[in-house]
Amino acid sequence: MLYIKCPYCGLRAQKEFSYGGDATVKRPNINEEVSNEDWDNFVYMRKSPRGKHIELWQHIAGCRQWIKVQRDTATHEIFQTAKVTEEIR
Amino acid sequence: MQKYSVFSLIKNAFSNHQNWEVAWKDPTPKKEYDVVIIGGGGHGLATAYYLAKEHNIKNVAIIEKGWIGGGNVGRNTTIIRSNFMYDANAKFNEFGMDLWRNLSQELNFNVMFSPRGIINLAHSDAQMNAYARRGNSMRLNGIDAKLLDRNEVKKLIPMADFSDEVRFPIFGGLMQPSAGTARHDAVAWGYARQADDMGVDIIQHCEVTGFDVVNGKIKGIRTSRGDIKAKKVGLCVAGSTNILAEKLNMTLPIETHVLQACVSEPVKPLLDGVVTFGAGHFYISQSDKGEMVMGGDLDGYNSYAQRGNLPTIQHVLTGGLALFPFLSRLKMLRTWGGIMDMSMDGSPIIDKTHIEGLYLNCGWCYGGFKSTPVSGWTFAHTIAKDQVHELNSELRLNRFSTGHLLDEKGLGTKTWIG
Repeated sequence: MLYIKCPYCGLRAQKEFSYGGDATVKRPNINEEVSNEDWDNFVYMRKSPRGKHIELWQHIAGCRQWIKVQRDTATHEIFQTAKVTEEIR
Repeated sequence: MQKYSVFSLIKNAFSNHQNWEVAWKDPTPKKEYDVVIIGGGGHGLATAYYLAKEHNIKNVAIIEKGWIGGGNVGRNTTIIRSNFMYDANAKFNEFGMDLWRNLSQELNFNVMFSPRGIINLAHSDAQMNAYARRGNSMRLNGIDAKLLDRNEVKKLIPMADFSDEVRFPIFGGLMQPSAGTARHDAVAWGYARQADDMGVDIIQHCEVTGFDVVNGKIKGIRTSRGDIKAKKVGLCVAGSTNILAEKLNMTLPIETHVLQACVSEPVKPLLDGVVTFGAGHFYISQSDKGEMVMGGDLDGYNSYAQRGNLPTIQHVLTGGLALFPFLSRLKMLRTWGGIMDMSMDGSPIIDKTHIEGLYLNCGWCYGGFKSTPVSGWTFAHTIAKDQVHELNSELRLNRFSTGHLLDEKGLGTKTWIG
């Protein structure tokens, strides 16, 4: 079981959360021409690194906020969590 | 090569089985190969075998970081099926079924292919309609499919919960009688033994650390046991695809996730074929040893850990108990995990890449084992001829940007469990 520190609620079990994928993927800007390649990159292409990964989780059975988590994909160690509006460095 | 038969078994019994030939050698890497296959799992071994057998390309090396058969080919739940709706997936896997049917004879190695059928259960009228549609599509592609009603299912799996109080009553199911299981280790070993005999070098405990790409053309690979030149390189590394892609500056429509499976203590024979629960992600079969072999959802987040997490096992087995209440009386023997190359539409990729001489075989998601022979067969063709075969002509890398997705069941990297 992972334990994730929600920036709003504190340390909670993984079962309260839902996974949202890579948090570093940026949606192309609205009202601008988007090339097929940019759209493809946004929707489908993922780095999926082995090691540190910044990802989105939603505290679905808690405050229902989306949060950012920096986690090691090989050891599952969690280094940092933040509100979705904050940056993880 | 020593042929395996009842006579060789008797002959070797007289010498206490001390004089069997080694099944494959342990060569030191040569300086150069015509083709290097990275990944000594089922797909890599099958690719090397068909390169040698079908295309007479025998100066081939398989480079494996660990040991052959130590990854997903030894970690899956051994299910073999071709019950797909889309033409591309159906034709591809039905060709594979034909390879399976003759595999033990072809490899002179008993892979214990046992076509006992698979039943996908339906728990609503809508699901029955969907299965009728899928079954009709299968039959149009020459695949056997049978739509079973509730009573027919009850005859086949009377131990399932057919009472009135269940949350998801069994309405019926779709059966592919020719589907089944096989002994997964034997598949890896059988291919390895034959490939080795035809001159393929199986190099284990050798990690790929980089690639030599000059002017958009592959020249060779760098490994923990020295540089190896190669005219062509094929990637067959399942969950490690993204690690190697990063070394090639490629980004792929693949995420790596951990998928768990588990077995119960062995019990007397009670379940003949494979059964899948239609109201949750759970599937079950009984091994020849008597263990109930079960699996289901991904853990649900990117993972390179070859082990899983308990909440997922609990979730999967909750579905299992809803279907087969007797499971609550069984002890769990083992759980384990393997890392899956989850493609974004749930279908595999067997293709050339933008780098000349570099070929890609990945995206096997939940079901790589069943496709081991056909994956090797088509990948070998793609490498040998430098063009895709008709069978993998829709399993291209560019289908994501062109919109020609093969989203068979809406299964991609997401588990959709909320």
